[in-house]
Amino acid sequence: MVVRVHRMSTPTIEVSDLRKAYGEVKAVDGVSFEVQSGEFFGILGPNGAGKTTTLEMIEGLREPDSGRIAVLGESPWPRNPKLLPRIGVQLQASAFFERLTAREQIRTFASLYGVSAKRADEWLAIVGLEEMGSLPHEKLSGGQQQRLSIACALAHDPDVVFLDEPTSGLDPQARRNLWDVLRDINQQGRTVVLTTHYLDEAESLCDRVAIMDHGQILQSGPPAVLVRELDAPTRIAIESGTISLDAARALADGAEIDDDGVSLTFATRQPAPILAALAERDALRGLSVRGATLEDVFLNLTGREYRA
Amino acid sequence: MTSFVSLSKAMALGFVRDKTATFFTILFPLMFLSVFGALFKDSGVSKTDVLQVGSVAVLDQIPADARGDLEQVLKITKTDDLAAALEKVRAGDSAAAVEQQGGKVIVHFSAADQVKAATVRGIMESIVQQGNLTMAGVTTPALTLSAEPVEDKSMKAIQYMTPGLLGWAIASGATFGAALTLVSWRQKKILRRLRLSPVSVGSIVTARVGVSIGIALLQSAIFIGVALLPAFGLQLSSYWWAFIPIMVAGTLAFLSIGLLAGAVSKTPEAASAIANLIVLPMAFLSGSFFPLDNAPGWLRTLSNFLPLKHLVTSMQDVMVRGQSPTATLPAIGILLGFTVVVTGAAAMLFKWDDV
Repeated sequence: MVVRVHRMSTPTIEVSDLRKAYGEVKAVDGVSFEVQSGEFFGILGPNGAGKTTTLEMIEGLREPDSGRIAVLGESPWPRNPKLLPRIGVQLQASAFFERLTAREQIRTFASLYGVSAKRADEWLAIVGLEEMGSLPHEKLSGGQQQRLSIACALAHDPDVVFLDEPTSGLDPQARRNLWDVLRDINQQGRTVVLTTHYLDEAESLCDRVAIMDHGQILQSGPPAVLVRELDAPTRIAIESGTISLDAARALADGAEIDDDGVSLTFATRQPAPILAALAERDALRGLSVRGATLEDVFLNLTGREYRA
Repeated sequence: MTSFVSLSKAMALGFVRDKTATFFTILFPLMFLSVFGALFKDSGVSKTDVLQVGSVAVLDQIPADARGDLEQVLKITKTDDLAAALEKVRAGDSAAAVEQQGGKVIVHFSAADQVKAATVRGIMESIVQQGNLTMAGVTTPALTLSAEPVEDKSMKAIQYMTPGLLGWAIASGATFGAALTLVSWRQKKILRRLRLSPVSVGSIVTARVGVSIGIALLQSAIFIGVALLPAFGLQLSSYWWAFIPIMVAGTLAFLSIGLLAGAVSKTPEAASAIANLIVLPMAFLSGSFFPLDNAPGWLRTLSNFLPLKHLVTSMQDVMVRGQSPTATLPAIGILLGFTVVVTGAAAMLFKWDDV
């Protein structure tokens, strides 16, 4: 009988009280978190929140001013050749060799880790770029370049994968396409750490997120829990003029009501009676029901609109 | 080892597919060779124009075979108008005008060009002497003078130009190759990506060294091959192959300069400007384009501090001056010493990242 040992006691990534300042600016100001094996972890926040700096310190590209980092039990700084083959990093700007084709790129990166050309070609197929193999990388579209860049980061089959804003600058379809690739990577048992400034992306992909701003983690947890804990009102909207404002007030006691001439919106913590009443009056034209999202969590935490 | 091979391959492919780089490393020096080759083709024998006014017996009576020799140095044009001939000499169009009045041969020359005037006077004097001897019945003179240059008879312009231009081509190829690779790899985050892989800095640098030496060998093969064509007429001496070790040492020295230029530059444009500022003046001061024999003493002293001077001189020694391979050893030592010092400086200034 095979006994599976759960090593939940040693997290894959441990970060405690991490700090980094550039002159007067505290880019990372006392960050602590843990990522468990196999987890999909997201660090989110607006540009300049300190996400990339945090990630780069964990990857071993930057030296922290203070604090402790352990990745797979190893310290990433100074450059740790024992750790490097076990992590895969996709940089914010995709780094490709000049004037090489897609296939040559991934084969070169693979061989740096002693991975065969055959295995490299398999990765090209996994990210759906088999047919593009002989194209120079600059001829690929933005989404294809990102997929190639991710394949190059994964060709050596690392245990931990770091992705820095992998979908920024992509069109919506290319983003969805990439999400599928990222989900697969995680489902194969790899620990994935992702930074993003798209809240919907974090909500859709991550098991757990940490919301960062001004170099600090404001809150962390599974997206659904964060949203639930917010206890924000549900917004029910119907087309303006479907019912009068007075009728609306009458059927929804205690709800916050607003009519901007386009939509009549109820903000309420008890949506069921209102929906039932509206249905009874056959006043559901243009209905939309929107629960709280991470965006609301962010707004609540920082007191301001999310600046993506 | 595999990472060394694959990085070399990536660099070599990047070079071969870069049309600008291949043009400047391979074709540009060949263009220089063609231009200089055409310019200096006849520099060994520049003829002197002489006008012959009326009949001059000593010239007219020269036998055919001697006339051929004479026409290699003098271009004699016949005319009957003395006044017009003198005017041409005064204007500098002709070096001298020669006329004969009875037993007197008169050479009219312009004092403005002393060298040409002296040439014509010397030649005419010897012709007159010869005529006197013949008239006195001396057919076999007791003494003859034969002048031979100390260099190999074939020491034409192409002989010093080939090693000189090749040295310059190798120097700029290595400098630009190293500087631009370093800067553009840093700017394009490839260095950062490599830092995240288990590849050592040593592998990256040796890959660059290997590719640069390969490019230098390619440059040499093409360059020497073209110079050997009958149109250029290069003649190699017996130990010509001994230029290979000195070429490798030179490549290392200029790679180190390129690494230093790349370490202190943030953009490829800046790296390229710095590399140009170093290599181009050095090429002039090291005798790559023309010999330094007539340069002032201080400049020749200065040139001894330039690695390109040692590369070029040493390549000339074995390729065309017929010196033995051991003659290159001091220059190899100097170039390697230079490499160690400059590489050390570049390593201290090396940065993986812009920020």
